Amino acid sequence: MNIPLNETILNIKPSGIRKFFDLVSEMDNVISLGVGEPDFDTPWHIRDEGIYALERGKTFYTSNSGLKELRQEICNYQKRTQGIEYNPLNEVLVTVGGSEAIDIGLRTMLNAGDEVIIPQPAYVSYEPCTLLAGGKSVIINLKSENDFRLTPNELLNAITSKTKVLILAYPNNPTGAIMEKEDLEKIAQICINKNIYVMSDEIYSALTYKGEHISIASLPQMKERTILINGFSKAYAMTGWRLGYACGPSDIIKQMTKIHQFAIMCAPTTSQYAAIEALKNGDEDVKTMREAYNQRRRFLMNSFKEMNIKCFEPYGAFYVFPCIKEFGFSSEEFATKLLEEEHVAVVPGSAFGQSGEGFLRISYAYSIENLKEAIIRLKRFIEKLRNLQR
Amino acid sequence: MREELLSIIEKNSRIDLKELAIRLGKEEIDVVNELQKLEDERIICGYHTLVNWEKTSIEKVTALIEVKVTPQRGQGFDRIASRIYNYPEVRDVYLISGGFDLLVTLEEKSLKDIARFVSEKLSTLDSILSTATHFILKKYKDHGTVIDEHIKDEREVVSL
Repeated sequence: MNIPLNETILNIKPSGIRKFFDLVSEMDNVISLGVGEPDFDTPWHIRDEGIYALERGKTFYTSNSGLKELRQEICNYQKRTQGIEYNPLNEVLVTVGGSEAIDIGLRTMLNAGDEVIIPQPAYVSYEPCTLLAGGKSVIINLKSENDFRLTPNELLNAITSKTKVLILAYPNNPTGAIMEKEDLEKIAQICINKNIYVMSDEIYSALTYKGEHISIASLPQMKERTILINGFSKAYAMTGWRLGYACGPSDIIKQMTKIHQFAIMCAPTTSQYAAIEALKNGDEDVKTMREAYNQRRRFLMNSFKEMNIKCFEPYGAFYVFPCIKEFGFSSEEFATKLLEEEHVAVVPGSAFGQSGEGFLRISYAYSIENLKEAIIRLKRFIEKLRNLQR
Repeated sequence: MREELLSIIEKNSRIDLKELAIRLGKEEIDVVNELQKLEDERIICGYHTLVNWEKTSIEKVTALIEVKVTPQRGQGFDRIASRIYNYPEVRDVYLISGGFDLLVTLEEKSLKDIARFVSEKLSTLDSILSTATHFILKKYKDHGTVIDEHIKDEREVVSL
């Protein structure tokens, strides 16, 4: 029997995170700091709006690009947080999570052999999506001494005549790094000079702890060359609702809508009604959650300082990315040992690219009690390792 | 820091100072001073514990009493309110808008005790026009806390 399987897909490596967590699921009494989604429930008024939509019988498809009122609210949101003016009629597409927008955005922009610059450590989907779109990934290995920000020189060195798109993902998963206005201005200048488009994945934009997030699309001449991707999962704790969006030049959005229309039809209707409520009345919830995350972030940073473990201070998302090179293990070995000996699950940095080797991704989308217990165990583990080294 | 500090200790007044300072990103001494100030200004009025008495063997009955009163010249509702809240068995007294004036909550060992308080003490006060007593049958949520909530992490494994 000849099972029909596509070779490109066969050659895609499964996510390293997955592999690790299959191990976790076989163990008892595990404290996990591995999950990359908020621990909060979706705020009740937002859930209630979803329920209300069902009650009213809003159970049909919406237009392909999403409810007009939602697109309008997305534009209002971008206007009030970033000062960017998008036209809800042709510059916004509501998608099934930010991940769909990444996939169809790349498929829309790339021709065979086009190069996509991906600074790593990064979220695990950019590389496979580039591959599936027929593009070629060009990896930049970001450095911890630059706080995992993308520098102009690193970018310039990666550009070739085939470069088409730069993927910029800040606040960053897994490092928690952010890019500030001065950093972005230099990158924007290069993109303009070299005619490169930017896919800016801003799914964590609401979660910054040092000033407000700034989108590269808000800089002069950048709106017309940026696909801005955002969504509701992280800001409003709405992961299971599967709702995101892309904003960008109408020529690109129009073609993306084509793929979306044939593959998906439209994003879930219930979720879209709930999302309108989130954008209209959710600012306070975001603020409360951000404060809670920030307290946990400070708690973790302080714990690493006490343990004398190197960790740059992350100002975004809900991850810290400490360095464990001093122990002489690979991240995967370290994470496996930590899991086996102390039943604490963290994600090896190498799951996010070669430059994540020697680091761990620790999520603080967990209650402070949970974090405290995990830190006690981690402390014990590290003391043991250091005693052995002596 | 004030707002964030208050919102933390409103939920957990037993938090230790060191942790509080770390979470706020402040020095311990600054937190101590701020707490002292908040207490002096009576912004922090006490540190209490939320008890689910139903799980103990101790019997408690709670009543909400709607009270209609005649306000008194020059003192409005304050004087009658103080005559009510000075009884130690009275837990809360609120001035309320709408169909009645004061809402009084009362905690006692038995129904009989509450009946006695209402008939002998409360309704005999001069300016009280009428009372309506409601007994609490079950507490679902108190002080923002769902009483019988079991928090379980239901997030599944996904690769991100």
